[in-house]
Amino acid sequence: MSTVDILFYFFALLALGGGMLMICSKHPVPAAMFMIVSLVGVAALFVLLEAFFLAVLQILVYAGAVMVLFLFIIMLLDVGPEGGKASRMKLISGFAGAFFTALLVVVFLIMVQSSGWINNGEGWSEISDTNEFTNGSNLIFSASVKSFGYGLLTKYMLPLQISGFLLLAAMVGVIVLSKKASEEGSN
Amino acid sequence: MIDFETIQVVAIKLTFAFLMVGAVMTMAGYSVLAERKVSAWMQGRVGPNRTVLPLVGSVPVIGRFLQGLGIFQPLADGLKFLFKEEIVPGHVNKLYYYLAPIVALVPALTTMTVLPFGEFTNADGNFVPLILADLDIGILFILAVSSLGVYGIVLAGWSSNSKYPFLGGIRSSAQMISYELAMGLSLLPVFLWVSEPGSSVSSLSLVEIVRAQNSSTWLLLIQPVSALIFLIALFAETNRLPFDMPESETDLVGGFHTEYGSFKFGIFFVAEYAHIVIGSAIFTLLFLGGWNFLPWLDNPWPSSWIGTLIGTVWFLTKTIGLIFFFIWIRWTLPRFRYDQVMNLGWTKLLPLALANLVFYILLVTWLDQSNFNLP
Repeated sequence: MSTVDILFYFFALLALGGGMLMICSKHPVPAAMFMIVSLVGVAALFVLLEAFFLAVLQILVYAGAVMVLFLFIIMLLDVGPEGGKASRMKLISGFAGAFFTALLVVVFLIMVQSSGWINNGEGWSEISDTNEFTNGSNLIFSASVKSFGYGLLTKYMLPLQISGFLLLAAMVGVIVLSKKASEEGSN
Repeated sequence: MIDFETIQVVAIKLTFAFLMVGAVMTMAGYSVLAERKVSAWMQGRVGPNRTVLPLVGSVPVIGRFLQGLGIFQPLADGLKFLFKEEIVPGHVNKLYYYLAPIVALVPALTTMTVLPFGEFTNADGNFVPLILADLDIGILFILAVSSLGVYGIVLAGWSSNSKYPFLGGIRSSAQMISYELAMGLSLLPVFLWVSEPGSSVSSLSLVEIVRAQNSSTWLLLIQPVSALIFLIALFAETNRLPFDMPESETDLVGGFHTEYGSFKFGIFFVAEYAHIVIGSAIFTLLFLGGWNFLPWLDNPWPSSWIGTLIGTVWFLTKTIGLIFFFIWIRWTLPRFRYDQVMNLGWTKLLPLALANLVFYILLVTWLDQSNFNLP
């Protein structure tokens, strides 16, 4: 086992363990903390893949901004440990859990059957070697920021715009819904 | 797997890392002294001038002089924090209560790994930066890691389990979200300018930013608005006085560290000053030309190791000047009210940063189209 392997297992354990503890903890603040641990673990896995840019974005956006917002809301509403409400949801959460476990198993089986396990990353090199990604220019596909920027603003321009538009629509939707609720509350 | 060469490389890296931590921590310790001395000077007081080491105090002239400067005060303060009685209130959440100071300090010390502080020419004539890890995405790394520092304050506020620290924690998280956006947006024009089409620079590395300012002008003079927004956001992110919402001792007792004493409080204290030291260094690198001499002038020092030394000292001089500016502002301006902080962040700084970005996008495009040579 090389050093990278040991590091991989360590950070994978950190990511999975953090996620596990997050859904198991009763109080929302420790849950948020464990989610941060999990996100940092995933960022470390990106580093092991030498995708530094993705790792930094993972920390910057999710661990650094989204989770601060989560914590702010949790603390502002002063949410206590979850009480009797959980028991009513038990049936639904049981079904949801079973469904997604089954889905995971099916996807995993399909993956193993179609590719004969992860064939030493050959599939990935096929994607990255094609000239399609760089749209005919002589920029080599890599994990550098320039490569990301070039790809996003040339070949993947339309998906980028569409996802941006979707996020905008979601944001407007949230504002509309929450405004309505607060007006009713004040009346 | 592990041969002698690997051990050697690791040992050298570790030595450099320890030296760097030592340098930054020393600067943080003496920033505390500077804060006390400068505030005393501004208010017509004397400041710390009694502490002295036993033998040094009896040296005729120098001993008295050093005592008057308060040179030994940080040492005494550190020992005081260490030897104070360790009191833990009964109503706190123990695990998170102990974790919070560590979470506050670690990100402050981690950002220094991508902080360059000088440059030398090696035998092949290439420029090699003095830096622990020359990352392609240095500035993003700093923004990402320093954004984790807020958890220390939030956790301290929450785990203390009492009203005032809790309010401090909430204020801190809201303030951090509000000013992070403006900070990121103020940096975009800087990198846009440096990596304009046709230039060889195309990364988010701090070393490249400093090189781009070599024998041309400082970015402060080209992009004053970006520098202003970045500076204001830096004050907010380091929780310095016009923005020290999480602490605000006049309305929140002591804010997030009300329930903290002895060494744990000391760690919060050091973390705050380490943030100031590193923030000043980043501002120097981005807008004040790093280790380059003055705007439009070539470095007057030779390119040998002496030049490297002078360049590094010049960089440190600028950084210390900026730390003085931080202290100066603290003892000059009153604290904002909380709603004023939010108002300034969302309705003034953020639109200004967006307008600034659009302006420089248009300017860089126009300069590029008209083949006009940048100054």
